[in-house]
Amino acid sequence: MARLRLATVWLGGCSGCHMSFLDMDEWLIELARWANIVYSPFVDAKEFPENVDATLVEGAVANEDHLQLARQIRQRSRWVISFGDCAVTGNVTAMRNCFGGAHEVLDRGYIQLATHNPGWPSDPGHLPILLDRVTPLHEAIPVDFFIPGCPPPAPRIRQVLSALIEGKQPHLEGDDIRFG
Amino acid sequence: MAVRTLTINDKLVSSPEGATILQAARENGIDIPTLCQLDGLSTVGACRLCLVEVGPAGRLQAACVTQVAEEMVVRTETPKLREYRRMIIELLLTERNHVCSVCVANHHCELQDLAVKLGVDHVRFEYLHPHLPVDVSHELFGIDHNRCILCTRCVRICDEIEGVHTWDVSGRGTNARIISDLNQPWGDSPTCTSCGKCVQACPTGAVFRQGSTVAEMEKDRQRLRFLLTAREKREWLV
Repeated sequence: MARLRLATVWLGGCSGCHMSFLDMDEWLIELARWANIVYSPFVDAKEFPENVDATLVEGAVANEDHLQLARQIRQRSRWVISFGDCAVTGNVTAMRNCFGGAHEVLDRGYIQLATHNPGWPSDPGHLPILLDRVTPLHEAIPVDFFIPGCPPPAPRIRQVLSALIEGKQPHLEGDDIRFG
Repeated sequence: MAVRTLTINDKLVSSPEGATILQAARENGIDIPTLCQLDGLSTVGACRLCLVEVGPAGRLQAACVTQVAEEMVVRTETPKLREYRRMIIELLLTERNHVCSVCVANHHCELQDLAVKLGVDHVRFEYLHPHLPVDVSHELFGIDHNRCILCTRCVRICDEIEGVHTWDVSGRGTNARIISDLNQPWGDSPTCTSCGKCVQACPTGAVFRQGSTVAEMEKDRQRLRFLLTAREKREWLV
């Protein structure tokens, strides 16, 4: 059986889902027998590669870099999986939507609430432009599967990866789809 | 008391005249999901989760407010009902800001439990993200409108059990809000007795005890059961 080409991506989230991924502990050694991690915050590949079998996407879509990468992921992955509540629902990352668009959010964060040097951050070409509205991943690109949880517990992630390794459709139900 | 015989999910059941489809179903071990309904309070049919199909045409009726009738044919589990119930939960989740991960009621929430039960692993509709206040002016309790689903359990328990009617609803549609007295801060309410029944009745993290943090807001529903038994049976069981 061909080794699974697996990627994990960190968009607008806290990396807690990736911490939970590491919480799979010794099963990671098992995973390494069946899968190549071809792109991930863990492996430092610079370009998102072609022909990826499955990509776990942590985080909501909050800026233009996220949106661009999400579209590239969709083009280059057979399976795109929303990994954790921020990707699935927007979660904490999307709480800023209540304040209005990017302008209102930056104004609140960097001007109204600033105690020293109020002013907008400006570093063209380095800082990605915020989107006016944070969205769950499936509002930006079609998503094939959802792993809810903040973060999803390690056994939940393992269950999905095991199915993918075995070439089966992953399935979560009951408490395994609980948000929060 | 006259008895009515009806069919629920191809099973013949009998139920006293005047009972609702929900009561008849529960007495016969048939589970229908509910959210706004709470034993001991009047029924309002606000959440529509208990929709069932009635008659050969499968007419949709809320089981909590529809009385049983002779030879009535009821279905409680059909693909259409499952889809509608799931959709109701998804729409409730989009209408306010239900951020489970930072909610006082995380893992103790009836809305979250129903999402699990009805297979809501994501929401297919756009989130509205309204800007809503949190009122913590009361010295013991708080109300977070971000988590409110307008089930009106707090309104009914305050009015019908405590006999006070501090709570009511103002506005219409997505602008509807739970208000205390004449739309004033809860802490300024001259009528609130600080009994805390609304806190126990709330199905989500909308009405909470001050000082509760994420996932700490466990409800003590036994307290409500005690009041109900005392009222109905004159038994004060401690």
